[in-house]
Amino acid sequence: MRKPKTVIEKVWEKHVVHQEEGKPDLLYIDLHLVHEVTSPQAFEGLRMNNRKVRRPERTFATMDHNVPTIHRNVIKDVVSKTQMETLKQNCEEFGVPLADIHHPDQGIVHVIGPELGLTQPGKTIVCGDSHTSTHGAFGALAFGIGTSEVEHVLATQTIWQQKPKTLNVKVNGKLGTGVTAKDLILAIIGKFGVKFGTGYVIEYTGEAIRNLSMEGRMTICNMSIEAGARAGLISPDDTTVEFLRGRRHVPKGDAFDVLAEEWKALATDEGAVYDEQVEIDADEIEPQVTWGTNPGMCIPVSANVPTVADAIDDNDREEIKHALEYMGLEGGESISSVAIEHVFIGSCTNSRFADLQRAAEIVKGHKVSPNVQAIVVPGSHSVKAQAEKEGIDAIFKEAGFEWRDAGCSMCLAMNDDVVPEGERCASTSNRNFEGRQGTGARTHLVSPEMAAAAAIKGHFVDVRTLGVPTLS
Amino acid sequence: MEPIRKHNGLVYPLNRANVDTDQIIPKQFLKRISRQGFGQYVFYNWRFDSKDKLREDFSLNQPKYEGTSILVAGENFGCGSSREHAPWALQDYGFRVIIAPSYADIFYNNCTKNGILPVKLTEAEVQTLITNAEADQYYLTVDLETKKVFDNQGFEATFDLDNYKREMLLNGWDEIAVTLTHADKISQFEEARN
Repeated sequence: MRKPKTVIEKVWEKHVVHQEEGKPDLLYIDLHLVHEVTSPQAFEGLRMNNRKVRRPERTFATMDHNVPTIHRNVIKDVVSKTQMETLKQNCEEFGVPLADIHHPDQGIVHVIGPELGLTQPGKTIVCGDSHTSTHGAFGALAFGIGTSEVEHVLATQTIWQQKPKTLNVKVNGKLGTGVTAKDLILAIIGKFGVKFGTGYVIEYTGEAIRNLSMEGRMTICNMSIEAGARAGLISPDDTTVEFLRGRRHVPKGDAFDVLAEEWKALATDEGAVYDEQVEIDADEIEPQVTWGTNPGMCIPVSANVPTVADAIDDNDREEIKHALEYMGLEGGESISSVAIEHVFIGSCTNSRFADLQRAAEIVKGHKVSPNVQAIVVPGSHSVKAQAEKEGIDAIFKEAGFEWRDAGCSMCLAMNDDVVPEGERCASTSNRNFEGRQGTGARTHLVSPEMAAAAAIKGHFVDVRTLGVPTLS
Repeated sequence: MEPIRKHNGLVYPLNRANVDTDQIIPKQFLKRISRQGFGQYVFYNWRFDSKDKLREDFSLNQPKYEGTSILVAGENFGCGSSREHAPWALQDYGFRVIIAPSYADIFYNNCTKNGILPVKLTEAEVQTLITNAEADQYYLTVDLETKKVFDNQGFEATFDLDNYKREMLLNGWDEIAVTLTHADKISQFEEARN
């Protein structure tokens, strides 16, 4: 009998171009996504060495990190503008397809890949962005790379990779009502820490994962990097197939059905062995809020912020002390008593149509607290258009949210969407690092529903207590 | 890239775990389109206050660490964003070697593509180095050929680095040129799939 394999091993083995004792494998890359921030030096490297892009048709570029989300026609920041123009010139010179700022396909690179059907099960996908792990939701082996590797992939369509160890994160049981994929991934990182995935590729398995929509699965895989893992996958199944059916870059008709069977055959075999396994029970998870300066510093909404007395050792004590100080928290207070000034609904973690729709359910009929500035930044032009068609934008606008154009925006605040020093933001993004949303800005990571609830109340609140009919 | 074989330098101790690449180089400095000139922005939000004034209380700004080229830090160094601007900034500031108990995968990889040697030592060894470097000006030698770190007071530790990365660093090879020696295999792979 054939040895049972994980989806990770199956995808890997199909892409090995060259193998040699004592060296990493040379892997073929099916899809290379490119954006304006991590690519200019790579294209420059090609030019300096008189090299070409080997497979422009396997490369796809967009502008997301830097783009303004209002007043798109006048980009005030000259340096940002240069970076965007540089991408445009590079794409023209090297023949790479580009969805620029005004293109209807523009959006956050990890939102548009799946949306266009470029992301498919079994593919190897790279991008000069650590949240490339998002595409693993489809059973693709997708990981972030640095700019030198971007140049390498442009020139050779391959990458040298040490075969990773495999880690099974098994999620048993069911998520409760009002508890989302975001709460689950935060709880996983909170429980196992920000480096438990380092050196591994994760596969998420178990009942709670199978029950998630593709949007939920993308949220989970997106934050694999926050657990230290470059890639996180979910075995393809019918949910994966139905999400991709009819999308622009997948085949039509019978050809699709043939491909769909191949995709499903990539799923991890019964009895496959992982190098490591951890388990968590979905039933016990509450909505989560991060209190500190890394995503592992996270607690249930009903809990109190830790104090230095909760530290397990000296290093931990230093970390808690630094984090409390930066976050302007005493330690020991209830997280739901903490007032916020900003709400950001967006980012490659939580800016898809389903995310906005769920947040809108909470917002409907309420007003944003007078002390709060709240913005919604759809993940792509197409998400924005769909939301406007279905009246989602109106719900947000009536409540007092600002409704913006697509981009990475306040997740990393490279554009003008910055949280001022010392102010506090409930954010649906992925990183609560010091200075991430602005110098001195204080970030609390939450689900879109929890962000919506916080916008209304002006402080964190358990979304399940708001009496929203769809949550009951 | 510039090869690295043996390096002797002044140690700067950064006694923090989980230093992320947003700390190493904040996002407002990622808009440049060249690889040069990022050193002035390294650890910007720690080195400068909100009015861009040097913070004298931040250790890297102290005169005793001027000219440092070896950074010693806590576990999970370089976590977060894949930005290669982080190793570019560290290198441009003058760092050639980093020593930590563990690294984030992407950052580790990025270092080796830029001639920065990322050394993994045990937590206890790292703590010894941090204590020494906090107390006084402290110099270390890092030898990639023998995979050893030592000082002239009797400290010695060995580290591991996979052979491929070691060869690349020792020789300063252009990885793309190496890969292109396999161009026929890449073409065969592409043809076999079509």
